[in-house]
Amino acid sequence: MSRIFAIAFNTFREAVRDRVLYNLVVFAVLIIGSSLLFGQISIGVEKLVLVNLGLTSISLFGIVIAIFIGIQMVSKEIERRTLYTVLAARPVSRWEFILGKEFGLIGTLAVNAFFMAVGFFAALFYLSHKFVHEDAYLLVALYFILLQFVLITSLALFFSTFSSPLMSSIFTFALFVIGTFAEDLRGFAAIAGGTAKVVITTLAYLVPNFAALNVITQVAHGVAVPARLVLLNSLYVLIYAGAITSAAVLVFQRRNLK
Amino acid sequence: MAAIETFGLEKHYAVGFWKKRRKDALKPLTLEVREGEIFGYLGPNGAGKTTTLRLLMGLVYPSAGSARILGCDLFDRRMKAQIGFLPEQPYFYDHLTAFELLEYYAQLSGVAPKQRKRKVEAVLARVGMADSARTQLRKFSKGMLQRVGVAQAIVHDPKLVLLDEPMSGLDPIGRREVRDLIQQLKEEGKTIFFSTHILSDAETLCDRVAILHQGELRGLGVVADIAREVTGTVEVAWLGEAAQKAIEGLGGQIHGTADAFRAIVSLEKQEAAIDAIRRTNCRLVSVTPVRATLEDYFLAKLGATAHAPVETGVPR
Repeated sequence: MSRIFAIAFNTFREAVRDRVLYNLVVFAVLIIGSSLLFGQISIGVEKLVLVNLGLTSISLFGIVIAIFIGIQMVSKEIERRTLYTVLAARPVSRWEFILGKEFGLIGTLAVNAFFMAVGFFAALFYLSHKFVHEDAYLLVALYFILLQFVLITSLALFFSTFSSPLMSSIFTFALFVIGTFAEDLRGFAAIAGGTAKVVITTLAYLVPNFAALNVITQVAHGVAVPARLVLLNSLYVLIYAGAITSAAVLVFQRRNLK
Repeated sequence: MAAIETFGLEKHYAVGFWKKRRKDALKPLTLEVREGEIFGYLGPNGAGKTTTLRLLMGLVYPSAGSARILGCDLFDRRMKAQIGFLPEQPYFYDHLTAFELLEYYAQLSGVAPKQRKRKVEAVLARVGMADSARTQLRKFSKGMLQRVGVAQAIVHDPKLVLLDEPMSGLDPIGRREVRDLIQQLKEEGKTIFFSTHILSDAETLCDRVAILHQGELRGLGVVADIAREVTGTVEVAWLGEAAQKAIEGLGGQIHGTADAFRAIVSLEKQEAAIDAIRRTNCRLVSVTPVRATLEDYFLAKLGATAHAPVETGVPR
């Protein structure tokens, strides 16, 4: 466990020192600017706009970082041969390396999202001058955003174990886009017939369901998220990311690290 | 117990896009490295040295055969904590300082938290990098990185150290320091296995050497025995120009400055050369048998046919 933690901490430290968290500055400018602006121009819906913009930004910033770092997490280590000194003569298994890398990136994204969330709530307080009960639902939306990061990180890492960074980014981004429309795909499967129905249904259940993890519009309108959905989404991500990570370990375990 | 044993260890790859053909990176290798010795693994570039090291380190999987390190399987965790490895042209996490990097490796190797700081400081001092401990690796020169590479290989006090081209990128002073360090490690009872194509380093340091060419073991010998071997030639040295022509006639190539000359002639022509010097009233200075160097041995083995016998029966 200490080895996984050491690799995860090193991954986090690398991201911080490579100035990944600089995106927070861009986010801060965006959120402060928009809260000031919406306070001036929109009447009645300024909070709705800010919640939509804030949460979508937190999600997109994180996903871009997850893809950008995740796709090169293993391939960069192989290319630069930094992993030789980790795997060759240390009691570190390949699965520990993969898990350490994954936890490190998820940790980086969580810290990043935490600072963004602090900024977002500060902007919200500036605009509304108070917090109401419904604002607690925003925390659920933030939790779902974290679950999205877990999914996207495991996908990017999986592709990174056997593919070039360019191809990995294409695969991961394509799955993210398809997964965002997973509910539509399921709807389409319901009305299709014959072989098409089987193919589309299989595809709809295979792609990661990012749509179910997006409750931004719902919470922006102050609608509660059912506890059952929180539980099911948590289980879904745990199983899906677990399966993808296991596949990444299997592929990486068999690779010749030339 | 042998430090390293390989039994018909081999690696081949399929190359080509459409028509796959087999490329032998390492032909079946059976080798034993004994505990406590410095073993040189020699060969020209592309001979298969790095492939062997990657196989032994579990980075690539063998196509056939097997190997044991310190009596354990190649993927045994307990064994991994007792070995150190310096890859060829190492590249490290350059966002870390030298201290942080070594502390990270020490942690991965299972060094207890209380001992880590002391061990890292000691090893940095040992490779002459104590003053640069808090500098990020991205600011290091190639030679400094090589020293950090050696440091990370020994930070956890391993029993066996495998070094892939450890002198590469070092200036003469750095090479001397690494040579001294390898010698010290041997004196501490560690086994050193290092690959190199710089023969002078191997000749100075190694107890035994193996010579690899085109993925195949071509020779295995004790360095002291190789140096004792005579080549069947003698070097004749004399004073006076008059003997030059006669010795040239014996097939000797003459080197000389002012009045002093020397030539290497075959053992059979040794007496004739001495006679020629006396006959021409020149002064004989010395007659010395020419001993084989590791370079002679190396070149002879590289020229050997693919299936020439390999002498493995060297005295223990």
